Amino acid sequence: MTSASAPATEHEHADHAHQFDDAIQQHEAATLGMWTFLATEVLFFGALLTAYTIYRHYYFDAFRYASHEYLRWYLGAINTGVLLCSSLTVALAVHAAQHHDHAPGQSAAPPRIGQPKHLVPLLLVTMLLGLVFLCIKGTEYYIDYRENVVPGPSFFHPEHVPPGIDASHIRLFMTFYFILTGIHATHMIVGLGLFSWLTWNAHRGTFARTRSNAVEICGLYWHFVDLVWIFLFPLLYLIR
Amino acid sequence: MQTRTYYIIFAWLMGLLIATVAASFLNLDRFFPGLNAAVALCIAAAKAMLVVLFFMHVRHAGKLTWIFASAAFVWLGIMLVLTLNDYLTRHPVDQPIQLSVQTK
Repeated sequence: MTSASAPATEHEHADHAHQFDDAIQQHEAATLGMWTFLATEVLFFGALLTAYTIYRHYYFDAFRYASHEYLRWYLGAINTGVLLCSSLTVALAVHAAQHHDHAPGQSAAPPRIGQPKHLVPLLLVTMLLGLVFLCIKGTEYYIDYRENVVPGPSFFHPEHVPPGIDASHIRLFMTFYFILTGIHATHMIVGLGLFSWLTWNAHRGTFARTRSNAVEICGLYWHFVDLVWIFLFPLLYLIR
Repeated sequence: MQTRTYYIIFAWLMGLLIATVAASFLNLDRFFPGLNAAVALCIAAAKAMLVVLFFMHVRHAGKLTWIFASAAFVWLGIMLVLTLNDYLTRHPVDQPIQLSVQTK
């Protein structure tokens, strides 16, 4: 590096940040950093799921009754489908951003040579699917609110409980449901924020070169949020 | 990786989603208690593997990424196995009936 002349340095630094040897190393560092964060997220959700598993084992009948009575499996299934679709569009967006980088004959071109093909539409469709997910989730919360199964002053009517089931165990299930899906929805909102930022930058054409790393690691985050829902859906909605 | 791969993985994920809903309507617990939950979790794990390996590109990632990604799930496994090892093998504290019967 020290022997590089001034004009060459400027050219070299066009495709990777100066602290990295090359673009490949920068890409590996970016994805490794995101995976480190995601590992802490696995344990964050994991602790809640461990607690949920213990209480589901203890009060299985109450949890099954509450899941049947107050959660709608079809809304959960539609939401799973929506998130899987959004994961596909994210994967395609990352592909679009990366393959723009490595397109032949463009290495000598200036960094801002336009937008990767389809990147902005794919990012917008992803955000739209994320919003659809949150709208369906919000509708579920609203129905729960109307049925008085949201934790609060009018939380749950004990007179409706069938014999052999403790109303407090149903309240426990609903509390787990709201904490788990609420934290997941918060992650979705953060994801929407990240993707708005990505879309804005992609629109301005600043992802033309190695900034596709940003698309990739935001994509990793989005896939992870999808991953959490893949486990939440059967654990909460499909208790038999 | 070709975009074709992503469409194939997506088709598998949607198929597994239908499978997990269908399996939940079958009463598998009559064959073996807890079989319904086990099947649902196995399908979820299969979906998770597809997402991690293909959508999250771990399949083609370097060894260090493999180690970091695996570590997350290994530690989750340790937390689940050691915790449940305790809780699933003792009586809940709010159900002392069997204990009092034994000590009579």
